[in-house]
Amino acid sequence: MTWLSIIIAGILTYFTRMTMIALVRRDLLGEKIKAVLAYVPSAVFPAIIFPAIFINDYGAYIEMNDPKIFGALVAIIVGYFSRNVIATIFSGLLSYWIIIFVFLS
Amino acid sequence: MLSKKQLFSRGMLDIAPHMLSVIPFGIICGAIGVDLGFNPYLVYAMSIIIFGGASQIVFLQLLSGGASSLVAVTSVGVINSRHLLYGAVLSEYLEKLSFIKKLLISYVVVDQGFAESNKFFKKNKTEQYLHYHLLGTGITMWVCWQIATLAGIILGSFVPEELGLKFAIPLTFIAIVVQDLKKLDHVIVMLVCGISSLLFFEAPFKSYILISPVIALFVAALLLRLKK
Repeated sequence: MTWLSIIIAGILTYFTRMTMIALVRRDLLGEKIKAVLAYVPSAVFPAIIFPAIFINDYGAYIEMNDPKIFGALVAIIVGYFSRNVIATIFSGLLSYWIIIFVFLS
Repeated sequence: MLSKKQLFSRGMLDIAPHMLSVIPFGIICGAIGVDLGFNPYLVYAMSIIIFGGASQIVFLQLLSGGASSLVAVTSVGVINSRHLLYGAVLSEYLEKLSFIKKLLISYVVVDQGFAESNKFFKKNKTEQYLHYHLLGTGITMWVCWQIATLAGIILGSFVPEELGLKFAIPLTFIAIVVQDLKKLDHVIVMLVCGISSLLFFEAPFKSYILISPVIALFVAALLLRLKK
């Protein structure tokens, strides 16, 4: 039963990937829609970022002094100026670790 | 004009930094599946059949928490529906491919690969073999994801929980959107999406991941109208 569910979930996921690329002709999308689509990264990724920072493993909002907020701010500043993915991720993790291992331990 | 091989390696290079978060996340994903008591073969098969990080964890957590298969499958579908938007954006650059090639390349469209290839596409519209960049990002993600989840399944979570490496996931996505903070309209769209995702977090089937982009794109459409 679980196997069957996985296969159905897999087919469903594949369809989400394939439909717009292979089945829908791009001419069907008007100019206005194409202009809006330029915002897709900004309109999608914060839905992954915000809950991962502001909501903990138990589904509750975190406190304002949570080290994850500090880590995220450092990553935003470093990322903004360095334009470097590794520097962004690493600075965020490092500042988060410094707080939890040095200040909170 | 870059060759196919050059474009493919460029894609690999562009996606490589994200492995800093993808590999620990894959290990955690594999380890959680086995921890929850699922058959290791089943946990691994998901990495091939579904190939979608967060949705794989959600699927197993829902089932182990007693949810019905229908709820688990629906949630995977809803979480992964964001690929429809990626496809709509990418289709502009993949139009010339044959139907079969479109079917094949679709399998490797993932968040970070879409983001990096889309950035590259915007700057290099005239390249003839653009899709090789997407293959480079997608296949690199696929191989690393397979190895990482497999490692997590076999070795268990050898990444210490205290390190909080799950935090690397939002950081990867921050790295993707951070340059757009220069543009006010993008900042507004990001805030609308992020705040909506917190407000709708409890909505059924994890649908916040679909609801918030829809609201944010609606706001983007309004902003475009105001700009004119």
